[in-house]
Amino acid sequence: MTNNHTLRNILLVAALAVALAAPWVAYPVFLMTALCFALFACAFNLLLGFAGLMSFGHAMFFGMAAYFFGHTVKEWGWRPEFGILASVLGAAALGAVTGALAIRRQGIYFAMITLAFSQMIYFFCVQAPFTHGEDGLQGIPRRAFLGGLIEVKDDRAMYYVVLAIVLFGFAAVYRIIHSPFGQVLKAIRENEQRAISLGYNANLYKLLAFILSAAIAGLAGSTKAMVLQFATLTDVTAAMSGEVVLMALVGGIGTLAGPVVGAFVIITMQNYLAAAGEWVLVIQGAIFVVIVLAFRKGIVGEIGDLVRRRPKPGPAGSSA
Amino acid sequence: MADALLTIAGLQAWYGESHILHGVDFEVGRGELVTLLGRNGAGKTTTLRSIMGIVGRRSGSIRFDGAEIVARTSDAVARAGIAYCPEERGIFSSLSVEENLLLPPVVRPGGMSVGEIFELFPNLKERRRSQGTKLSGGEQQMLAIGRILRTGATLLLLDEPTEGLAPVIVQRIGEAIRALKSRGFTILLVEQNFHFAATVADRHYVVEDGRVVDMVRGSDVQANLGKLQTYLGL
Amino acid sequence: MFELLGIAPQALFGQLLVGLINGAFYAMLSLGLAVIFGMLNVINFTHGAQYMLGAFAAWLMLTVLNIPFWIGLVLAPLVVGLFGVVLERLLLKRLYHLDHLYGFLMTFGLALVIEGVFQWKWGSSGQPYPNPIPGGTNLGFMFLPTYRAFVVVAALVICLATWFAIERTRLGGYLRAATENPTLVRAFGINVPRLITLTYGLGVGLAALAGVLAAPIYQVSPLMGQNLVLVVFAVVVIGGMGSILGSIVTGFGLGLIEGLTKVFYPQASSTVIFVIMAIVLLIKPAGLFGRTR
Repeated sequence: MTNNHTLRNILLVAALAVALAAPWVAYPVFLMTALCFALFACAFNLLLGFAGLMSFGHAMFFGMAAYFFGHTVKEWGWRPEFGILASVLGAAALGAVTGALAIRRQGIYFAMITLAFSQMIYFFCVQAPFTHGEDGLQGIPRRAFLGGLIEVKDDRAMYYVVLAIVLFGFAAVYRIIHSPFGQVLKAIRENEQRAISLGYNANLYKLLAFILSAAIAGLAGSTKAMVLQFATLTDVTAAMSGEVVLMALVGGIGTLAGPVVGAFVIITMQNYLAAAGEWVLVIQGAIFVVIVLAFRKGIVGEIGDLVRRRPKPGPAGSSA
Repeated sequence: MADALLTIAGLQAWYGESHILHGVDFEVGRGELVTLLGRNGAGKTTTLRSIMGIVGRRSGSIRFDGAEIVARTSDAVARAGIAYCPEERGIFSSLSVEENLLLPPVVRPGGMSVGEIFELFPNLKERRRSQGTKLSGGEQQMLAIGRILRTGATLLLLDEPTEGLAPVIVQRIGEAIRALKSRGFTILLVEQNFHFAATVADRHYVVEDGRVVDMVRGSDVQANLGKLQTYLGL
Repeated sequence: MFELLGIAPQALFGQLLVGLINGAFYAMLSLGLAVIFGMLNVINFTHGAQYMLGAFAAWLMLTVLNIPFWIGLVLAPLVVGLFGVVLERLLLKRLYHLDHLYGFLMTFGLALVIEGVFQWKWGSSGQPYPNPIPGGTNLGFMFLPTYRAFVVVAALVICLATWFAIERTRLGGYLRAATENPTLVRAFGINVPRLITLTYGLGVGLAALAGVLAAPIYQVSPLMGQNLVLVVFAVVVIGGMGSILGSIVTGFGLGLIEGLTKVFYPQASSTVIFVIMAIVLLIKPAGLFGRTR
């Protein structure tokens, strides 16, 4: 156990060092985009991996938050921190309404219902004037944070702000999972009837998890709109909902680091294949098929298994 | 036995990780009515399910009518001529009584006709348009037995056909089972109700902890009553 | 000429016809989805792509092989259904012991692959399919194109034939029984795995048949099934998957409601089905014809 903890701490420090040094090595906008998707995937994974709820409509929170941010900052001239706050609250409110309805059904129906609601939001966005339809909300200004205290004209400066926001999001997910609330969620995932008979209001817990997940997805979406300075229909499509599922699946559902790894893998792949057009979708589809057939635990899950299975010297460890 | 229809040797079976049968051996002669007796959880139902091929994993030997069937899938076992009436009866709620009755396909000639089955269980004829699960418990049991008689199967596996039924109905099921035996069916019966079993069977095997531990002939039941009662915890 | 709430009757009946046609496709697709789910425990996300494949197969038969519509109407669903059989044998059958989610995810991935390949080959724009029965009848209050009337009638016949096949035939009895208790049905001597394969092939063929019927009305394009399948998911949630007739009624009904919305409040026409889904979830979560489980 102690060994595992030391290993984890070393990995965490190393990851933080890499994150701090990264913008001097790699293209900051790429890194920021990947970080936003990593947070988005973590939000999705919070729901599927720890509450057992498969949302196939998470793009509605991600994409709507991007629109909220763009509208408040560009049209109303708000400061970015307030724009983000408003977007997170907006995504949470949307999550409260759709979540309250979706948790009335279980399992695969839950996935279909969330998917249907996000498709409804998509059709709404196609028509609503504030989204500017097919053109999208373009040229969202990059304003300084905290009333001019933190300048973000430079991409690297922006990167550290984004890193701070995303790390805050990761920390929130971590706290939620390891809180008593998170333990009850896991109990509900394992056996809902038993959790109910123990006196827990399972539906309330599920709804709260859904709202939290929506809010964090909203944080990711608004931050992405801030970085790229636009919000478009792409972010509210079913394909985007599928993409975040894919990221979590590739990395490993139910693991903390999995969605981050998965997001970086998929975003990197999209970056390299940008010229390949339709083949990106074909390849993503093929990855879905292969992972479901052969690697259901994802990259982090499979590596974790390998590490645990490796015979250790001395007394038998905690490997099950 | 000179003319064994079913010979089981060293049969082992598992559900997932749990090892249920630890080497079951017994045989059933052609036209014979044999029961498996034993306490709850002894492995009687699992033995029937193993013969049918619907347990997780099994090994050993099951010879039926001269052929080894232990590796066959359950549909192939059924087509070899074995029919199964499960403990939970398995009446389909989305099918009418008549549809339930006609569901199992005929696997070989020589089965009973629908008319003969209605003669055996007249209640079914009256209620043939009803939904299968709207029947009373006794009628459901008659349907569960009735529907496997058409198929031409020669060996019937009946799992606790009297469970939870009123004494009058148990009596009628008993009459039906005797009638089936006299028609030439070979029957392997799992029973908790020892008194019922004693009235119909040629021989009894006692199952304990996943093994057959004893055999008593129907004619010797009275002489072995004390021993049997100890086995069954009566 | 009379007017209804300030709406010209031509517009009203025209939109109702459009709604009826959309409803016909909703009904056919949700029917296939429900039958497949009953047997395979898989929500077939590939359904939209298979609908598109049906349209494309008919279009390719016409343009490349000169096979006329009426033969394509039979041939295309067979070809696509066979493709479904291959998918089931090769991929889906490996998932039955897993959670429903995996079937959903795999069929989603398959849809991406199929639609991506067709987009690469034919682009996103639509290919016109010539109307096999041009002309129409002036009914006085509206003009009724013959082909559209044919589609509504054909869809109705196909739906009722499916209902008959499942509720009134021996094979349908096997299907209903196997949906309840596949282990026991197999122990009666029925080859259930083959029955499952056949069911998937039939469901996929039904989707493809809908696609062929749609080809002359909408254009044939790689993404024609993408949004449709999402609406059909909502239709399935509204109707519940418990009843065949329920699926048919729900499908046609929702199409009509959508058509009416186009007349009276066009802005909401693309979202009205989802709004109805929200209302149904509030009032009867199991769906209008569904059973809770």
